[in-house]
Amino acid sequence: MLSAREKELISEIWERLTPVAEDIGAEALLRMFATQPGSKTYFSHLDISPSSAHLRSHGQKIVLAIAEGAKDISQLAITLGPLQTLHAYQLRIDPTNFKFFSHCMLVTLAAHMRKDFTPVAHAAMDKYLSAFAAVLSEKFR
Amino acid sequence: MVVWTDFERATITDIFSKLDYEAVGGATLARCLVVYPWTQRYFGNFGNLYNAAAISGNPMVAKHGTTILHGLDRAVKNMDDIKATYAELSVLHSEKLHVDPDNFKLLSDCLTIVVAAQLGKDFTGEVQAAFQKFLAVVVSALGRQYH
Repeated sequence: MLSAREKELISEIWERLTPVAEDIGAEALLRMFATQPGSKTYFSHLDISPSSAHLRSHGQKIVLAIAEGAKDISQLAITLGPLQTLHAYQLRIDPTNFKFFSHCMLVTLAAHMRKDFTPVAHAAMDKYLSAFAAVLSEKFR
Repeated sequence: MVVWTDFERATITDIFSKLDYEAVGGATLARCLVVYPWTQRYFGNFGNLYNAAAISGNPMVAKHGTTILHGLDRAVKNMDDIKATYAELSVLHSEKLHVDPDNFKLLSDCLTIVVAAQLGKDFTGEVQAAFQKFLAVVVSALGRQYH
């Protein structure tokens, strides 16, 4: 359950991060690959070494989708419609990986925002990313 | 038995040697109580936990956070037998405190975030992996004596 203030906070943060979407996205992915080696199995067709073009462009895609969703959280199911289909029928990523990625995204935010990643911002972001992952997996079954 | 690489041992020792226990301990417990409010159930006698500001400024939270972090010292000093090191504490958390062991993971995630915010760039993916492995072993040891 996100309060109005939390939704504001979330959309502010993602708006600020959109210009560095590539950096944030690539870092979160790299953190996930380092801490959850099983997650790398979904990327056997890409070069996911640090600073590879594939990694950066993929990271950017993910962050831009998260940022887009943050603009109007009440419309997440509509905004994510096409991505829901992609993840359910083509990518078929085991949903526990969404949890791992969300955690690594939070760590990335903490490392970048430092003191500004307050407990309140952390709580709001954790809730948003959980909601995002839940909506993303809605068409899985 | 847990096998630690040289990198992992060095990383864990390094992180803990640089930690400001009071600041990090208090901040971690406060963060846990804010981000996962149901954990407040174990702190009914801690006074004002009404909102994030109250929690972050609560002296009992700060003090207890420091206690918890110092508790991790024992694991840092005994990395090759964390299981035995925490057997007694595990019994305490189970029999006396009645803490759901799932909460240990929540607190350890908050500690990871606080340390990441402290170290910034230096908290690389590899460092994070070592730190999380250490905390996973601690969490497992703390839950081991539950029955």
